[in-house]
Amino acid sequence: MEWNFLAAIGRVTLRFMAAVGHLSLFTVETVKHIALPPFYFRIFLRQLMSIGYYSLPVVGMTALFTGMVLALQIYVGSSRFNAESAVATIVVIGLTRELAPVLSGLMIAGRVGAAIAAEIGTMRVTEQIDALVTLSTNPYKYLVAPRVLAGMITLPILVLIADIIGVSGGYLVATESLGFNPSSYIKNTFDFLETRDVVSGLIKSSVFGFIVTLMGCYHGFNSTGGAQGVGRATTNAVVSSFILILISDYFLTVLLLD
Amino acid sequence: MNENSKISLRNVSKSFGHKHVLDGLSLDIAEGESLVVIGGSGTGKSVMLKCILGLLEPDDGEIYIDGQQVVGLTGRKRETALKKTGMLFQYAALFDSLPVWENVAFGLMQAHGMARKEAKDIAIDKLALVGLDADMANRNPSSLSMGMQKRVGLARAIATNPEIIFFDEPTTGLDPIMGDVIDNLIRDCTRQLGATTLTISHDMESAQKIADRIALIYKGSVVWVGPADDIDHCGNAYVEQFVQGNIEGPIELDILKP
Repeated sequence: MEWNFLAAIGRVTLRFMAAVGHLSLFTVETVKHIALPPFYFRIFLRQLMSIGYYSLPVVGMTALFTGMVLALQIYVGSSRFNAESAVATIVVIGLTRELAPVLSGLMIAGRVGAAIAAEIGTMRVTEQIDALVTLSTNPYKYLVAPRVLAGMITLPILVLIADIIGVSGGYLVATESLGFNPSSYIKNTFDFLETRDVVSGLIKSSVFGFIVTLMGCYHGFNSTGGAQGVGRATTNAVVSSFILILISDYFLTVLLLD
Repeated sequence: MNENSKISLRNVSKSFGHKHVLDGLSLDIAEGESLVVIGGSGTGKSVMLKCILGLLEPDDGEIYIDGQQVVGLTGRKRETALKKTGMLFQYAALFDSLPVWENVAFGLMQAHGMARKEAKDIAIDKLALVGLDADMANRNPSSLSMGMQKRVGLARAIATNPEIIFFDEPTTGLDPIMGDVIDNLIRDCTRQLGATTLTISHDMESAQKIADRIALIYKGSVVWVGPADDIDHCGNAYVEQFVQGNIEGPIELDILKP
């Protein structure tokens, strides 16, 4: 009984280490193909549209309501010790440093990571990836590199837009329903905001863009077993992106704190 | 290795876990020859094809194309070796994200660096060669019937005028009339190109129509190879059982007997 338990732990550990090794090799191969020519510019542009432009509504809505809720909640908390004037500052710092990058990353993982995994997974099970190879085209270069690069570039842009929309949401609630003076709210927003608050959020979001697109490509690329396998790949892509975003967020925050 | 061989396999073995799919398989295909490999499901035909194309790595043995050992080739060297080949997949494996003409012109644009306009003109010529008119060029592959998809797949396989063409179950999933159309197209197109062809098939009628020689694979090795005209009176017990579709004979079936 005890031996079986140890064997089970050993099996899980070995499987985990194998998965980490497999993912590491996939990551190295991806980075290599991003850096080295040829470069599929047309596909890259298509991915910029798909990942960036078409994600604007979902990211915008998320940011707007997060900013609005944040303003309300911070007002409730800060009014307990007469610090209502800090609402604007906390909203903008909370959004730029943390909430806009993380929530946008999670939303993109749900929208884009799942779509990438499903598309590439279907290509795998219908032999389209094999067809690419027989047509002398490297699937890493053609499928993976443009998506990952587009993710790394578009997510910071989306987060910058989310910062603006989120702060606007907070401004709307603060001025329309909490009775803040519009000009003093704007002044408080920008007086204590530093460039590094915004930049740290953008760096985080670029890493999240890398994680989301890489996980989508990795799970899609390695999907097996027909329609069920594609479904599993899609779920795994989203779940692993969520977990990696939250874990990496902590370490990036520590790294970018100063 | 036979010096006149376009493709030569020497003692190729491949296992998946404990299952030996290819077991010391040797086969030679002469330049300009049409060889059809027949055999039951799971006898290693598709694995053999994937090993030649580099989609799978054999555990042992050598594979030569034009005298060049292709096992272990990676990156640019493999892409260069594959430039002289074309492949028609069992279910066509057309790229869903691209219109029909881009599927056909894919190899011309990606592997041979041809301009889009020129590649499109050639794609439309190739589509005409397989009996599809120019109106088809801008349609999405998913809107085509399986017979049409196979014809587009054939146009893609011959688009670059390859020296070697592989066909994986070209008539599977087609009605007898469309199957005959595909057989005729394969025969006419490959003769016109003077290409060497390797076809995998279950369909004896199709095999006899397109083959110069036929090889029978059983349990991962070749048990008979000879001229297509000899197959009905070759005296080989394996061939007779397979051609006549008898349950009794040297070929063991992986089914439980009642």
